[in-house]
Amino acid sequence: MYGFLIGVGVLLLLSIIWMVYRIQTLVSVVKGSDKKIATGSNKVNAILFVLFLVGTTILMFWYSIKEFDNYQMPVASEHGVITDKLFWISMAVTGVVFLITHILLFIFPYKYQYKENRKATFYPDNNKLEIIWTVVPGVVLAGLVISGWMAWSDITAPAPEKAHVVEIMGYQFAWEVRYPGKDNVLGDYDYRLINASNSHGVDFTDKNAIDDFPSPVVVIPKGEPVLFKIRARDVLHSVFAPHMRLKMDAVPGMATRFWFIPTKTTAEMRAELNDPEFEYEIACTEICGRGHFSMRKVIEVVEPEAYQKWLTEQKSFIQQNPALAVNPSADKKELAEIQLSESNK
Amino acid sequence: MATASAAHHDTAHDHHDHEHHDNFITKYIFSQDHKMIAKQYLVTGIFWAIIGGFLSVLFRLQLGFPDMSLEFLRPLLGGWIDESGKLDPTFYLALVTMHGTIMVFFVLTAGLSGTFSNFLIPLQIGARDMASGFMNMISYWLFFVSGVIMFISLFIKTGPAGGGWVVYPPLSALEQAIPGSGLGMTLWLIAMTFFIASSLMGGINYITTVINLRTKGMSFSRLPLTIWAFFLTAVIGLLSFPVLFAAALLLVFDRSFGTSFYLSDIYVAGEALPNTGGSPVLFQHLFWFLGHPEVYIVLLPALGITSEVIATNSRKPIFGYKAMIISMLGITILSFIVWAHHMFVSGMNPFLGSIFMFLTLIIAVPSAVKVFNYLTTLWRGNLIFTPAMLFSIGLVSFFISGGLTGIFLGNSAIDIQLHDTYFVVAHFHLVMGSASFFGMVAGVYHWFPKMFGRMMDAKLGYIHFWLTFTGVYLVFFPMHYIGIAGFPRRYYSWTNFSFTELYTDLNMFVSAAAIITFAAQFIFLFNFFYSMYRGRKATLNPWRSNTIEWTTPLHPGHGNWPGEIPAVYRWPYDYSKPGAAEDFIPQTVPLSQTPESNLPHEQEQVKLELEIIKEEAEVLVGNESKHH
Repeated sequence: MYGFLIGVGVLLLLSIIWMVYRIQTLVSVVKGSDKKIATGSNKVNAILFVLFLVGTTILMFWYSIKEFDNYQMPVASEHGVITDKLFWISMAVTGVVFLITHILLFIFPYKYQYKENRKATFYPDNNKLEIIWTVVPGVVLAGLVISGWMAWSDITAPAPEKAHVVEIMGYQFAWEVRYPGKDNVLGDYDYRLINASNSHGVDFTDKNAIDDFPSPVVVIPKGEPVLFKIRARDVLHSVFAPHMRLKMDAVPGMATRFWFIPTKTTAEMRAELNDPEFEYEIACTEICGRGHFSMRKVIEVVEPEAYQKWLTEQKSFIQQNPALAVNPSADKKELAEIQLSESNK
Repeated sequence: MATASAAHHDTAHDHHDHEHHDNFITKYIFSQDHKMIAKQYLVTGIFWAIIGGFLSVLFRLQLGFPDMSLEFLRPLLGGWIDESGKLDPTFYLALVTMHGTIMVFFVLTAGLSGTFSNFLIPLQIGARDMASGFMNMISYWLFFVSGVIMFISLFIKTGPAGGGWVVYPPLSALEQAIPGSGLGMTLWLIAMTFFIASSLMGGINYITTVINLRTKGMSFSRLPLTIWAFFLTAVIGLLSFPVLFAAALLLVFDRSFGTSFYLSDIYVAGEALPNTGGSPVLFQHLFWFLGHPEVYIVLLPALGITSEVIATNSRKPIFGYKAMIISMLGITILSFIVWAHHMFVSGMNPFLGSIFMFLTLIIAVPSAVKVFNYLTTLWRGNLIFTPAMLFSIGLVSFFISGGLTGIFLGNSAIDIQLHDTYFVVAHFHLVMGSASFFGMVAGVYHWFPKMFGRMMDAKLGYIHFWLTFTGVYLVFFPMHYIGIAGFPRRYYSWTNFSFTELYTDLNMFVSAAAIITFAAQFIFLFNFFYSMYRGRKATLNPWRSNTIEWTTPLHPGHGNWPGEIPAVYRWPYDYSKPGAAEDFIPQTVPLSQTPESNLPHEQEQVKLELEIIKEEAEVLVGNESKHH
């Protein structure tokens, strides 16, 4: 019944629209306006352009100012401050161009709307103008590019020697984290070694792997360089830590990396935002299948002392599951035992 | 060139005067007439636009109203709506994938270039038809087959391809990773193969026709900007589509024959695959080698159409005709060397990133020049707001808005944060999606009288424009905020992360705006099909335009002009020339007939022109005596 009523309503509405349409067509034929070059609608359209300009400009400024704190995400890395600055410089430059060009684009239709007694200005070219508006954008863009390039070169430069290494591995649909342990060198891995108890495929015959340990969260120290070594196990993923202004694809078969210096601990950020629940997060930004939208990992930024303390509290893969250390050669076994005894102290 | 084309229409003359007797099949289905093929492309393009738009409404429902029960869609989507009335997340990915594929390839490549290159190239350069009508027909039917296969893939049990329209492997190669990478992806690859073949055949035809079949006097420096745009688009397509084919072929090998071009070190579904040594990044390079030029394949024709529409309806020559051509040439060349700006954070060498950042921001310069030229064309014009003109102005607005955000994304340092967020979605939907769509719609409104001999209703056109123009901005402008806030693309829901736990209101707003905008397109559809049969009869040159398609009869037959193809004596933009009585002088009017409005350098050409006309007359007399 309800559906029937809606159907009737829609039908009525359509027939009314149809009638109005027919009537206005007939009226325009009677008035002969269909033979005119420009009808009264020309003026209406010209005015609508101006109204559109005014309306959308007000809307844009109102919303941009009102929502600034919402869309402007707090930044927590050293390079992030620089890229944010570049972003807002670009915003200022393009914003000015955006406004000027749109004011012209929407005012011209009003100002130069068709008038029967006027003739348009025959103005086919002006090489001087063309050169000006080739060179000026060229110079401005060059400025933006060069500043961007300098930032990019710094960001992508090799990580400092002392950087804390963290391995992040993406798979459908989560991240796994591995730390290199005391030696700050990650052990080798091979995807063929992956099984239920060795989800990273770590090669435990490599002595560097002996002290490697997993962690449910990414813990990193504030103010010290951190190097993310990124890889994927099945399909492409992308590590996106929005507050760190960090993004790098995780590629199966090709290790990638991104290093940065976090500037605020989680606690500091919580205080700053007045949000006791706040966590730094990692999300996936490369389409990877059904659970693409749910690959969350938490980053915990702590003071360097707390980080050192945390490191000593972690248990390596082998400590957690001694069965992993199968058939180690004699010297490695010795090494493993030393490690075990040290960490038990 | 002039002599070559003169020779051409002497021979063409003979076999175009007698009537063709077409039956229904040769006239409407397996037609070799460029005008009919153009209409076939247009109607098919409109069909796909409705499908593509509808798919976007489906996923906007999920994004804007995540708690809504979609039970009412079960009759249509069946098992893709789960027991609790929610859209299946895998199908959500399939929806965005198919939306992208359909819009980019079927609507804005085939629907736009296919329609207007086919329709306008012969009519505006003064040719009887395309260089090869047969190949042109094959081109359409390959596109049609491609469409049928893609359409079928929407309905198969495992769903259509779901790895994004960029189909990055390994996701697109592994059925275990996503069900859409099974049969759905196979059909996607087959459909795209047909599509590539179709667009190559079309492209070869467009290029050949423009180079060889221009009428007497139609030198390259007198070509309308539409033709320049279609010509350069075809060149880009011809050079870049084969690379997509190569990329797709290697993907087929990886999927079906156990090769490892793109696959390496993969452990999926509890099993380590034997593939080693491949590189997923290789696919990205190959894909974007087409993918980026593709942006200009969809954009350039739209810019060509608007150049023509804006000049005509401003009653002014397009400002900087030569600068426009040089810009388009620049864009054509540069479009091939900027592809890796889609890959700044793909793991490729950051040094490459630096190079591509520089090259990318260079391409912004010719784009800026085009915008300034459009603005100067409007300046001190005498503007008539036909629906086509409104949509052209709308295009310029989108081109500016979307183009400027490209400056952020082309800057690799800023792109780190913005890559694959909604900022990118906003950027490309404005600059290539909506802009090209507006170019296409402007073209339909402008050339409808030539296609069907009738006028579309202008008032409905105005309503359509204002609803769509506002609607598009209400959909895509808010996405900038969402993108700056870091919302990633292709997310089924936002509830898993605390940094995306806002803007539910804005997402709802965007979805509502998208649905209204989509609904507004039905005004256009009604106007289009109704006017085709019942619209007001058009006059021969309703927009008082200079280009020569308006010198054909109201319903041009096979061969376009009943008699001789008119010769061309001037460029197409003599609008509001000082001294002239009317505010336009068609290209077919010799300079010698308009001494009152000729510029000094044109006055010098008059003498040369008179000689040529005399010669031509002698040839004609000679021909006449041979015939009788």
